[in-house]
Amino acid sequence: MEYLLSRYRNLAVLLVVIVAQLVLLAYQVKGNQEARLIRVWAVSGVMPLANLIEAVRGSTVGFLKNYLALLDVRSENQRLAKQVQKLALQNQYLKSELATADRARALGAFQTRTQSKTIAARIIGTGTGANSKVVFVDVGSSRGVTKGMAVITQDGIVGKVVASYPAASQIVLVTDPGFAAGVISQTNRVHGTLKGQGHSTCFIDHVQNEEKLVVGEWFYTSGDDRVFPKGLPVGQVRIARPGKFVQEIYLIPSGLQQGLEEVLIVIEGVHGSIPDNPETPQSLQLLPPPQPEPGADAGQPAGMRGSLTTDADRLAERYRKIGAAQGHVFGEGLPGSKPPDFNINPDAVAPALPKPASPPAAPKDPSLRR
Amino acid sequence: MTQFEEQAWRLPRRARFSWLRPFLLVIMALVAILLQVYLPLFFQYLAYLEIPLLVTVYFSLMRRQPVVAVFYGAGIGLVQDSLSSNPLGMYGIVKTLVAYFAASVSQRFDVDNLTVRFLLGFFFFFFHQFFYWVLARALLGQALDFVAVQTLLFGLMNAAVAVPLFYLLDKL
Repeated sequence: MEYLLSRYRNLAVLLVVIVAQLVLLAYQVKGNQEARLIRVWAVSGVMPLANLIEAVRGSTVGFLKNYLALLDVRSENQRLAKQVQKLALQNQYLKSELATADRARALGAFQTRTQSKTIAARIIGTGTGANSKVVFVDVGSSRGVTKGMAVITQDGIVGKVVASYPAASQIVLVTDPGFAAGVISQTNRVHGTLKGQGHSTCFIDHVQNEEKLVVGEWFYTSGDDRVFPKGLPVGQVRIARPGKFVQEIYLIPSGLQQGLEEVLIVIEGVHGSIPDNPETPQSLQLLPPPQPEPGADAGQPAGMRGSLTTDADRLAERYRKIGAAQGHVFGEGLPGSKPPDFNINPDAVAPALPKPASPPAAPKDPSLRR
Repeated sequence: MTQFEEQAWRLPRRARFSWLRPFLLVIMALVAILLQVYLPLFFQYLAYLEIPLLVTVYFSLMRRQPVVAVFYGAGIGLVQDSLSSNPLGMYGIVKTLVAYFAASVSQRFDVDNLTVRFLLGFFFFFFHQFFYWVLARALLGQALDFVAVQTLLFGLMNAAVAVPLFYLLDKL
């Protein structure tokens, strides 16, 4: 027996181990039970190490990623800076395009509103010379543009055509020293001659010292020069002071204040009128009148509540009520007819139906006379 | 007899594994199982890399003691079973047999030879897979497929890994 065990010791051990595991296997399979203890040991021994490895791996990978990311920071920063610069230029270009579109839309609206026949033109170049205020537009004689035509925008006059070529026209601006145009003030109807000075301010000549003119007053084209139709805005007076012979009046032309990219060339001018109301600055926004406080306007006429009233307004309202109470229509009574009683209290008397101003005509039937 | 055959069939005079301390055995086994658990998270095809089997084969070949190898193989197999969904004993039995045969073979071959290591790695992987398939069908009644070609290819892969792995373990 000992001989057998010593000779087949390895095989015996193998068989014992195999049989033991087979029993363990059979126990689990047949009894549907689990050797939980062995699993707990194995998992408890292996998984913390796996957790540790994962933590080390995560930290290492994170560190390497951050380090490698830092290696690219400089080049990425340069790339982003270039991208920002490119986007800024693109943004500027889009803003410019948007402003151009707005100006074109306003010019188009003005073109449909004005009575004069105009064509749109785009500024494509400027003239030479230090003080020369000359520009070129992209429409010329092929489109009907001739020398002497007025050039305007919705904000005011810009200049006039001094030369016309087939594909372009030369325009002298209102600020050019050689430019002149007849103008008239809005409020006091003072006539003068607008002259350019080579810079942004224009001079109005031939206004006598005796003529009344205030700073802020608007000048419009008078039509006297036979170039600009009457009624186009020119500009607002900035300086007005008495001179040696005539007043020294300076204004800034309104047509050039918003920049100059698109203009209208007046092909057939139609004279307009000088607007009576002062120009309201386009950027000024007026709020609606405030709501009256409760009971504050109880004594005011019903139709005038919420607005400013005068004694004359209140008196007219009283007369209207008196007339309504007695059926009298003002302005329709014949001479000699009885006037309404103006001493009654109109609030205490109920309004009566209006009586005809004259009695109805007597019937002409002869039978009724008897 | 050629030089290769002489080297391959040379009988070892004593076991060369005496320097391997017991704690190192445990660490090797744990690391092998850890790698099998952890690596497929990132490389799915590495699930077919049976590092615990290769470690078992290496230990058995180097230790040249079938009794010790049997227990080592059984231990590694049971831990593998514990981390699987199978009943305990499936991998244990298979690895016990592998360890025993590897330890037995090591007494006949020169296991330092790279070719022998490659061939043994390939053979024992194939044996391991085949025997597991037999046990799963016979004992558990599982209808597993055994794709021979795929198993051969993965056997080649494991054999290719076994050679440098054994070399690395030689240096420990």
